[in-house]
This record gives sequence, structure tokens and C-alpha cells, in this order.
Amino acid sequence: MNWEVIFKWLPRLAQGATLTLELVAIAVVAGLILAIPLGIARSSRHWYVRAVPFSYIFFFRGTPLLVQLFLVYYGLAQFDAVRSSALWPYLRDPFWCTVLTMTLHTAAYIAEILRGALQSIPKGEIEAARALGMSRAKALIYIMLPRAARIGLPAYSNEVILMLKASALASTVTLLELTGMARTIIARTYLPVEIFFAAGVFYLVISFMLVQGFKLLERWLRVDACQGR
Amino acid sequence: MNIDLHGFGPAMMAGTVMTVKLALCALLLGLVLGLLGALAKTSPLKPLQWLGGFYSTLVRGVPELLWVLLIYFGTVGLMNSLGEALNMPGLELSAFAAGVIALGLCFGAYATEVFRGAILAIPKGHREAGLALGLSRGRILSRIILPQMWRIALPGLGNLFMILMKDTALVSVIGLEEIMRHSQIGVTVTKEPFTFYMVAACIYLSLTVIAMTGMHFMEKRAARGFARAEQ
Repeated sequence: MNWEVIFKWLPRLAQGATLTLELVAIAVVAGLILAIPLGIARSSRHWYVRAVPFSYIFFFRGTPLLVQLFLVYYGLAQFDAVRSSALWPYLRDPFWCTVLTMTLHTAAYIAEILRGALQSIPKGEIEAARALGMSRAKALIYIMLPRAARIGLPAYSNEVILMLKASALASTVTLLELTGMARTIIARTYLPVEIFFAAGVFYLVISFMLVQGFKLLERWLRVDACQGR
Repeated sequence: MNIDLHGFGPAMMAGTVMTVKLALCALLLGLVLGLLGALAKTSPLKPLQWLGGFYSTLVRGVPELLWVLLIYFGTVGLMNSLGEALNMPGLELSAFAAGVIALGLCFGAYATEVFRGAILAIPKGHREAGLALGLSRGRILSRIILPQMWRIALPGLGNLFMILMKDTALVSVIGLEEIMRHSQIGVTVTKEPFTFYMVAACIYLSLTVIAMTGMHFMEKRAARGFARAEQ
């Protein structure tokens, strides 16, 4: 193991790690915002409301993220309408393409988590809210969503870690995030084991910090006290 | 849009076959690794427990793509020296072998946790009954624990297999000629990226649906004799 090389390139790898964190942060926050209406619609009682989020989730969970990324980054350019639209400056930028794809992808998973959480809220709590005279919308906002947030939080933290690992795919569309940076450095130094090892340590450290952060968040939201019973 | 995709239809079919082969080989390796990992993690020996924990934590904390790249590019030096030792110059890991190892490793790490949960879910009394009957430890494992474990582990393994199937797309990065690689080749010739990647997406979707249906029947078969609790 050539430690000198690892230390020499550490700053560049850290630079890649910042881009990774940026991608993940935007994707999981935007994905959550997009997932809330999707998840609520997905758990609707009417089939025609359920149908749209169902097919969305089915497509995004059934195909690899790599395919989705290529569809957005390379695929959209096939249409002249896209290339002449006002959005083209964003859609030809690998950063925005990756952010868009990761957001759409993670939103499908988070929506499914939210549906599970909404459906596992004890019935009595919703009935109690309605019995107190809350409208359906009010019960949703003040009772069901806060409750679902606590039920779904552990699964959401898993999803964030999965997105951290999925962000490595951004290197295939020329983005220099952690994996992309590692590949660039290897192209110069021809030391794949050392550099990939260092990148792997970066991923481990980031996921460890994320796990600790979510533990704090769970304690702050008193998730344990809200479980079942 | 042409049905035969400008003559690339057969190539896409060949890619699909390669993807399925890759997924099944990785599944096999992953099941073995997962089982070993779970046995290590549930064993009474501390070093084995650490080893199992180390394996599942390390592999799950690093992206799958990084494993694929690391195993393909990182083993060149190792394979070279191995080739010299075995008097077989130019020995190298093929993209297929590297993909199987990388995906199997990742599947195994997650399967370790699934199997561990399933082993712990089997009542202690079953093992004790086996001991009381004079069965050896190996016998208890193969005749009592493993057959019961399948039923509990199957839903978790099914989910992992879906993830594995989608992760096979990553192996295209090191040049294995599976669905994604063939679509990329088609794109460079025809300049119709959307068409080709959409076809690839549809192939993956249908593979997922087939796997889901298969899982449904396997779960049904594994759960025979277990009536669901009366509501």
C-alpha cells in the first residue's frame, strides 16, 4: 500500500466528496418534497388516484438508476423540442441531469416508505382526530403526517444512505464526484487499489456520520416514544 | 421506431441473456457468502462474529460501482503475480468474473443480515430438541435450521435479488456486453439514445416483473402448511 500517494491526493478526493454530498443533499430533500404528494396519492382509497403514482413508482423502482440517468442525460437530446427549449442549458449539464434523475428515483422509494408509514398509523388516532372535528385535510396535516414522519424516519435514513452509494453513478456521466475523482486520479497514477481504497474510506466515513446524524434526529423527534402500543 | 432497432434487436436479446446469466451467477455466490456470513455472525466464537460483522459493514458501506471498479481494475497486479506463480502469463479477471464477484460480494453482505434475522427467528427449542435427539451440530443446521430458515428469509432475499438484477447494469461500466453495453453500442451507431435506453428500461422492467412473479410462487410454496393467523 502506497500511503504517500493516498495522502497526496486526499485534498482532491475531499473535493469530490463535497460534490457527492451536494448531489445527495439536493436529491434527498427535493425527493422528499416530491414524495409527499405522491405518497399521499398512493395511499388513496380511489383507484384512479392511486394509478398515476403507482405507475411512476413501478417504473422508477423497476429500472436501474444507470438506465434512468442515461435516459435523461443522453436520451433527452434525441428530441429537437428538448434541445430548443428554455430548459436545455440545464438538461445538457451533467450536474443538473444527475440531480434530476436522483430526485425522481429517490422520490419513488420515499413515496413507498411514506405510504407504508401512512397505512401503519393506528386507525384509532385518525378516528380520534376526526371525532374532535378536524377536517380530513387538517387531520392529514396535523395528525397523520407528523405521525408518519416518525414511523418512516428509520426507513428514510436507509434511503439516504442508499442514495449516497447511488451517487457513485454520477461518475458515468463525467461528473467528478468521489468515484469520478478517484477514477481521474487513477488515470494519472495507475494505482487503482490505493485510490479506490481511499475513496471507499470516504464513503464509509460519510455513511457513518449520516447514521449518527439520523440517530440524533430520531432522539430529537422522540421516535422511540411514538412506536406502536 | 423500428421493432428490430436498426438491426440491434438480436444484440439486445444477447445482452438480456448475459444480464440474466450474470444475475444468477452472482446470486449463487451471494447466497453462499451470505450464509457463511450469517453463520459467522451467529456463531458463539467472538473472532468469527467480528469477521462476519466486518464483512457486512464494510461491503454495505461502499457503493456497488466502487466494488465493481475495484475488483476489475484493482486485481490486475494481483492476477499478474498469480499468473507468474502458476506459469500462466497474461492471467486476468474477465469482466464477467469481476462482475459476478463484485455483485455477489454486495448481495452476500445484505443477505448476511437477512439470513441472520431468519436464523434468530427460529425458536431455541428446535435446536435443543435436535441436541436432545443426539444430532450433531452439522445435522441440526442442515436438517432443522436451514429448511425452516428459507421460509423466513425468502421475502428479504427476493428484494435483494431485485436490487441485484438492477445492479447488473453497473457491470457495463467495465465493458461486459450486457443490456446496457449493447444499448450504448446501438446509440453510438444510430444516434437514438432515448429509444435504446427506453428499450433497455423496458427489458429491466419485464425482468423485474418475471422475478416478482417467481418470488410470489416460491414464497407460496415455502409457506405451505403455515396458515395465516385468523384475523
